[in-house]
Amino acid sequence: MPAYTRTLLTVICEAALEKKLLADLEALGAPGWTLSDARGRGSRGVRSAGWDTDGNIRLEVICARDLAERLAEHLQDHYYTNYAMVCYLAEVEVLRPEKF
Amino acid sequence: MGLDPVVLFFVFGLFAGLVKSELKLPPALYETLSIILLLAIGLHGGVELAEQASLQLLGQSGLVLGLGVLLPLVAFALLRGLRFDRVNAAAVAAHYGSVSAGTFAVVVAFLLAKGIAFESYMPLFVAILEIPAILVGILLAKGISRDTHWKELGREIFLGKSIMLLLGGLVIGAIAGKEAIKPLEPLYTSMFKPVLAFFLLEMGLIASGQLASLKRYGFKLALFALLMPLLGALIGALLARAMGLSLGGTAMLATLAASASYIAVPAAMRLAVPEANPSLSLTASLGITFPFNILVGIPLYLALAETLIAWGL
Repeated sequence: MPAYTRTLLTVICEAALEKKLLADLEALGAPGWTLSDARGRGSRGVRSAGWDTDGNIRLEVICARDLAERLAEHLQDHYYTNYAMVCYLAEVEVLRPEKF
Repeated sequence: MGLDPVVLFFVFGLFAGLVKSELKLPPALYETLSIILLLAIGLHGGVELAEQASLQLLGQSGLVLGLGVLLPLVAFALLRGLRFDRVNAAAVAAHYGSVSAGTFAVVVAFLLAKGIAFESYMPLFVAILEIPAILVGILLAKGISRDTHWKELGREIFLGKSIMLLLGGLVIGAIAGKEAIKPLEPLYTSMFKPVLAFFLLEMGLIASGQLASLKRYGFKLALFALLMPLLGALIGALLARAMGLSLGGTAMLATLAASASYIAVPAAMRLAVPEANPSLSLTASLGITFPFNILVGIPLYLALAETLIAWGL
């Protein structure tokens, strides 16, 4: 089975940013994304997602390496200082490279 | 006077949260309950509004809008006096200039239970009061800066959930009129209190969570969160007297002015003024001011309204 390498960008952040992030992804040309609710704990304390204002999301994008890096850089420039946000890159293998 | 059972539900939630009980309501339920409450309040107001719309109301709405601008300025001055930095003072002030629909629902239930009449168009004032404080807060925090995305923010503010529901309810009620709305009437009559009770149970749980973080911010924040509602209530009550509202209406406007937002404003401020610490505002408005208003404030504001009227104001 042939497999192709792509980069998975995962972003975990405040739910307040959802609309902004999706607009950014669209503008920077991400091929697609998956969004889910998340909860956890980090340097900004427990983010329990008990209700609206402390909700968190987890955003996953699979794309080419250079786009993933551009996205990550954009996030770092715009949101890291003031928002609770974590993002990381990972190599993944996909079966249908034309989708990503 | 015995405590209203809906208030006891709030105390129960507060207690369950403080002893770290396993009790938790599903977030979707809280959403549902708040949607029903807001729609019910809107509908009720709309039905009555259709019967007594007048030019006078337009003037009153203008005054209430003015109140929405004044309150955050007062809060800001008070916070700066307590040595909060500018950005955080502005963000917290925006919360206190705006209103809490949950508190409004409780004052509605309180006055109904006491058989005190109030102006039916009050829900309109809730919607009006929600907006200006957010704008004033942003201006206080950043001045007129170019990196504020006003368009996006405008959508967040004017098309926010609570305003949409209140205004939607108002318009539907006004169009439908008293006769046609009959089948829906339980929403604001027999169903209102049970829904409010469950809503307050969840609010108690949430407030207890905020109370836990109070230790971090200490005395100054608690002082503000108790002083500001009293000051706001006094300003609101005086304005209501100047507008010639009834006893119930005066107590209500005082309560509105005393209440602090915890839904619309946090979301808008998070996007517009991200430098501000969001838990500072939420701890104050949810952890202290909301419980204070529910447990002590509302009866107090009614007494204030009675006193002012007795003085002939």
